[in-house]
Amino acid sequence: MDLSFGPEYETFRAELRAFLEAHRERAPRGGIVAAGGSKDAATLAWQKLLIEHGYAARTIPKQYGGYGAEPDILKRVILDEEFARAGVSAGVGGQGPDMLVPTLLEHGSEEQKQRWIGPTIRGEVVWCQGYSEPNAGSDLANVQTRASEDGADFVVNGQKIWTTTAHLADMMFGLIRTEPNEGKHGGLSYLLIPMTTPGIEVRPLGTMTGRAEFNEVFFTDVRVPQANVVGRRGEGWKIANTTLKHERNMLASAGGLEASFARLVELMKSETRDGRRAIDDPVLRDRLLRLEARVAAAKYHSMRMLTASLKKEFPGVAALVTKLSGCEISHQIAALAIDAMGELGVLYDGSKHLRAFGMWQFQYMFSLGLIIGGGTAQIQKNIIAERGLGMPREPKAA
Amino acid sequence: MDFALSDEQKLLEQSLRRYLAESVPATRVREIMATETAHDAKLWRDLAELGAAGVLVPEVHGGSGLALLDAALVQQSLGHAAAPAPFLATSVLGPIAFAAGTPAQQAEWLPRIAAAQTVLGAAFTELVHRRDAAGVRESNGRLDGTALFVIDAGAAAAFLVAVDRARIALVARDAAGLTATPLATIDATRRVAELRFESVAPAEWIGGAAGVPELAARVLAAGRVALAADVLGACERAIEMAVAYAKQRVQFGRPIATFQAVKHLCAEMIAELEPARSLVWYAAHAFDHRPEEAVAMSLHAKAHLAEIGTQIVRTATEVHGGIGFTSEHDLHLWFKRVGLDRQLLGGPEVVRAEGAALHGW
Repeated sequence: MDLSFGPEYETFRAELRAFLEAHRERAPRGGIVAAGGSKDAATLAWQKLLIEHGYAARTIPKQYGGYGAEPDILKRVILDEEFARAGVSAGVGGQGPDMLVPTLLEHGSEEQKQRWIGPTIRGEVVWCQGYSEPNAGSDLANVQTRASEDGADFVVNGQKIWTTTAHLADMMFGLIRTEPNEGKHGGLSYLLIPMTTPGIEVRPLGTMTGRAEFNEVFFTDVRVPQANVVGRRGEGWKIANTTLKHERNMLASAGGLEASFARLVELMKSETRDGRRAIDDPVLRDRLLRLEARVAAAKYHSMRMLTASLKKEFPGVAALVTKLSGCEISHQIAALAIDAMGELGVLYDGSKHLRAFGMWQFQYMFSLGLIIGGGTAQIQKNIIAERGLGMPREPKAA
Repeated sequence: MDFALSDEQKLLEQSLRRYLAESVPATRVREIMATETAHDAKLWRDLAELGAAGVLVPEVHGGSGLALLDAALVQQSLGHAAAPAPFLATSVLGPIAFAAGTPAQQAEWLPRIAAAQTVLGAAFTELVHRRDAAGVRESNGRLDGTALFVIDAGAAAAFLVAVDRARIALVARDAAGLTATPLATIDATRRVAELRFESVAPAEWIGGAAGVPELAARVLAAGRVALAADVLGACERAIEMAVAYAKQRVQFGRPIATFQAVKHLCAEMIAELEPARSLVWYAAHAFDHRPEEAVAMSLHAKAHLAEIGTQIVRTATEVHGGIGFTSEHDLHLWFKRVGLDRQLLGGPEVVRAEGAALHGW
């Protein structure tokens, strides 16, 4: 066991720190989380600078507009840590750079790579993901949005739901049923759809948080060139699963939990009841310590998983549990913050006495959404039990 | 960056697990725990042969000179087997206490620990807190009072005793004025006792009669990491048993492992266990390599493993259904092992209160 990074990496870290110190004024405001979708000049210029220095699109080959470095997980970790530490935007994120680009690199044609990767990593083209449908949630392969052939085009009809950034997106990568006779999984293709195509309608989907983080997307006779299929027709399920893997890792980062926990501690030191700080209440403090241990476990677990990736080892069932526990801890952190505030914890919507813009209630509700999204907790448990523990699948209903 | 067990550590773990699976199955555990001291001299010698008893003893004294992470792996294997062995007091707390001892004390005791030629008990509960007015006081060179929940007391030839919550004395079992009374607990795989001191002359002091300020914190931290590791091993076993049983038990014409209600219980257990394993590794690593974090991490490991361990052995019992509630089935050995581990050297609330104080909260 050796938890040092070594001189090469410490140099990389020192250079990155110096860079962030020197250039932080040029970064777009609004924290480190890049949700994707913003194309303002400051964001695009910042992204360009980051790519030139190898701090964004780092491992994307040069011929597609990236920095062209060898994949290096430790440098990836250092980048995450240092941008978080500096509180500076890590550039353009979201489903285009984080999910579509790795998928294109693995499965795309040369022409697709040339055309889409550069503009996507530069932030010029914004993407949304079209997987879920009203009747394809946990049973994702039950996608009903279909494409019929018409000359060199597909004609798409149907509906997608839970589509983040669809209202801002230029393009969608989606799962569409193109092969009606090839069965449930084999009938799907991975299709790139321009969002400006006539026949596409985007409606915001309000959630319990009071905001609209998602959309519904309706397709009526939408013409898409058949050349926009990634991989081969009928391979969509396999290709989508490679992207989902990236998403599940994205949803539960240990660094995010640590930052959230640190904010909770600050809150409990500042909030008082009858003049006593929340952190001085033994019951609340006990809950705080319980959570601190869980956050520590998640942190060291992610180090263990990182090590397994570095050694190209498959860690078995241990790798399958991160989404389940990570989202739950985030929810529990917010739950304790709300209880520590009591009545103040249920204020919302800009109310008088509102704390932190209602962030904790938002996190409490939104993290419940994350427990459900990207594969519900119950689906995760099926995966853990079946793939991780070798328990048999439920027999098909007769 | 390498947060993983080394090849040597994996080998140590494998050889121990193989030995324990072959030589100390549950039937043998039951035989040993039915004896008065729950001690098996052959098992203890075999653990020395395997390099386990002296894992923390420096090489110059005949041990392996390894670190707390290695000791935690041994303890975890013993927990996995529910093995009756005085490893915690003799081989974890002993060498860590004697590291503060004189060269003469080290030369006398450490080789015997490594060779499994002695058994130590540890009376450290009162470093944490006092129940039933327990506590050992020193006055004019004599010890008086009681120590409760003395770890590995069954076959102990001598005891490490916390005195006045700060110093550690070494007292022979047959010292005049010392009475050891076994305390029956739910877990018969290990023996705890009450020690009564009536004007006992300590054999000697570890770290001098004035005590070493850091020593109490250090033995507690190591003991808590070891107890967390014991829970980890016990829970691994409980999950293995639950999953194997669910695959084999047929109801409604199919293995109960096909029912999601059962599957989800198993998934919940392993989803708690795996991150907890990483926490135990880190806590053990911190003890030797990150001293500024050692105590805080030992507290987190102890409290967290107590919480998830209790939940896991309970869930494993439910997966077994009625058979898991019988005395004939072995599962309750691990249920009870975790029950004792949870309380020794402080239950989760006690330990978390210490953690909060350490933060200055």
